[in-house]
Amino acid sequence: MILALSIGVLVAGAVFLMMSRSFIRVVLGFVLLSHAANLLLFSTGGTSRRAEPLGKSLDPVLTADPLPQAFVLTAIVISFAITIYLLSLAITGGRDEDDEDGDDA
Amino acid sequence: MTGALLPLFVAIPLTAAGITAFARPGRRWPLTVLLAVLAVHVAASALLLGATRDGEVYADGVGGWVPGIAIPFAADALSALMLTFTGALSLVCCWYAIASGVGRVRLFSPLVLAMIAGVNGALLTADAFNLFVFIEVMLMPSYGLLILARRGQGTERSVRGSRLYVTFNLFVSTLFLVGVGLVYATAGTVNLGLLAGAAKEDGRVAAAAAVALAALAMKAALVPTYGWLTRAYPSTSPAITALFSGLHTKVAVYAIYRLYAVIFDGDERWLLIGLVVCGVTVAVGAIASVGEQSMRSMLSFSMVSHLGYILVGVALFTPAGLAAGIFYLLHHMVVKAAQFLSAGAIEDTYGTDRIDRLRGIGRREPLVAATFAIAALSLAGLPPFSGFVAKLVLVIASIDAGQVLLAVVLIAASLITLLAMLRVWNAVFMSPVPEGESSTRRIPWSLAAPGAILAVVTIVLGLGAQLLIPLTEVAAEGLLDTTTYVEEVLR
Repeated sequence: MILALSIGVLVAGAVFLMMSRSFIRVVLGFVLLSHAANLLLFSTGGTSRRAEPLGKSLDPVLTADPLPQAFVLTAIVISFAITIYLLSLAITGGRDEDDEDGDDA
Repeated sequence: MTGALLPLFVAIPLTAAGITAFARPGRRWPLTVLLAVLAVHVAASALLLGATRDGEVYADGVGGWVPGIAIPFAADALSALMLTFTGALSLVCCWYAIASGVGRVRLFSPLVLAMIAGVNGALLTADAFNLFVFIEVMLMPSYGLLILARRGQGTERSVRGSRLYVTFNLFVSTLFLVGVGLVYATAGTVNLGLLAGAAKEDGRVAAAAAVALAALAMKAALVPTYGWLTRAYPSTSPAITALFSGLHTKVAVYAIYRLYAVIFDGDERWLLIGLVVCGVTVAVGAIASVGEQSMRSMLSFSMVSHLGYILVGVALFTPAGLAAGIFYLLHHMVVKAAQFLSAGAIEDTYGTDRIDRLRGIGRREPLVAATFAIAALSLAGLPPFSGFVAKLVLVIASIDAGQVLLAVVLIAASLITLLAMLRVWNAVFMSPVPEGESSTRRIPWSLAAPGAILAVVTIVLGLGAQLLIPLTEVAAEGLLDTTTYVEEVLR
């Protein structure tokens, strides 16, 4: 339940930030959104089993599902890289906020 | 030919990208590497096409894990067709990019090679999560390519277009990731072999996979989320627009075909949604293209319309419909690139692609004018070009499936496309050369030739449609009956 609520709060914050005109806020919104997606991925393996999936004699009832953890790790790396790129775009464009609609300027 | 060679389609371009990234500025050898890798790619995918043309499927599980956990690659006739066309198209677009100067910017070769690796991976993977990863591998270099320019020559317009493109694609990728996560939560696997038909049996899996499909539909620029394409594509350099038009949205389209065929097993219950969305996309894109002021914007809107046509194939999900959709997909990759390249040759030489500022191009540049005319008539669906065959089989397929209204929309939209093309043709090409303008600018043949080659291809595909149609029928068979595909993936 806590997990579902946190995902909901993160998505709400992300949507709020993305709606704003400032590009930096949009980037921060994406940081929140990727956190929400990662938490959701995490929860897909089930949250009740938490033992580490390492070693020889594993009990499937206790051991956590390693696959979603691998997914999350991959997703974190990707979203981290894109966030850096977005931040560099945010500083290269100069005065950005108000002239977005001048398409062919 | 064995399945174990399939991962090389990803490994070789990725390795080459890594090596060429270290080249010193100004060196030419990275371009040689790029063209060599693409040439090998085209040859290898043609061999693969030969090996899969009777419906065989080749698969490989990287890592040697048990089926279901290994990293699966699989190739059937559809993947092989897509690989062949994307490879050949990239080769032509890279030639144009090198001739127009974009290709000589330092990081061009590694970025294109990494993007090709992502495209190949997305076309060959048989795992939903790996599809997400490969789409990201394809997108990351494209973010760089979008604003690629010589030092000091970057424009604010390209940064603005890039902001829109990156944020939109990041959002859609996150949505796709969520969809894949939900599929894992409901079905317990993301392997396409194990997921076969899962969405038909279990409504929860269907809802989860629908999130992933919706994300792919946004990437394929279907109504209502097509605005990103029509704003981002005209903002970059012409060579890159042509390259993207052939690769990016087409990978999303391929993924929709594959996922709907395998996970949903072509479930008839949801096809109506696809028919409505595609029908509206066809109409909206065609109507919007009439009013645009620059050539590349007009072409981008017309592209939205044609993406609708392509996905009508999967929305019909009949043997004839699927084969027609796949034929349309291949035809459109060639023709759209031909048109973007001919518009780009004009823009790179005359400095603008605004319809109201270009006059008398037809008299000065007969080769480019002919390329544009052939591509335009082919897009509008006139014989003897490939567009006629593509539209004909698609309309017949939709009438056979009882969708007469859809067939009417398809035909009406192609008339509107013809109108939009004629408007550009009259204004830009047929108008007299303005008096007093003694410009000696001419488009060099190296910029005109890539588009002209693609224009020849559309004539060949139109007159020799009998060569390609059997292949698309085999590919459609593979989507209708996924047993062989699933067996090979799980072997």
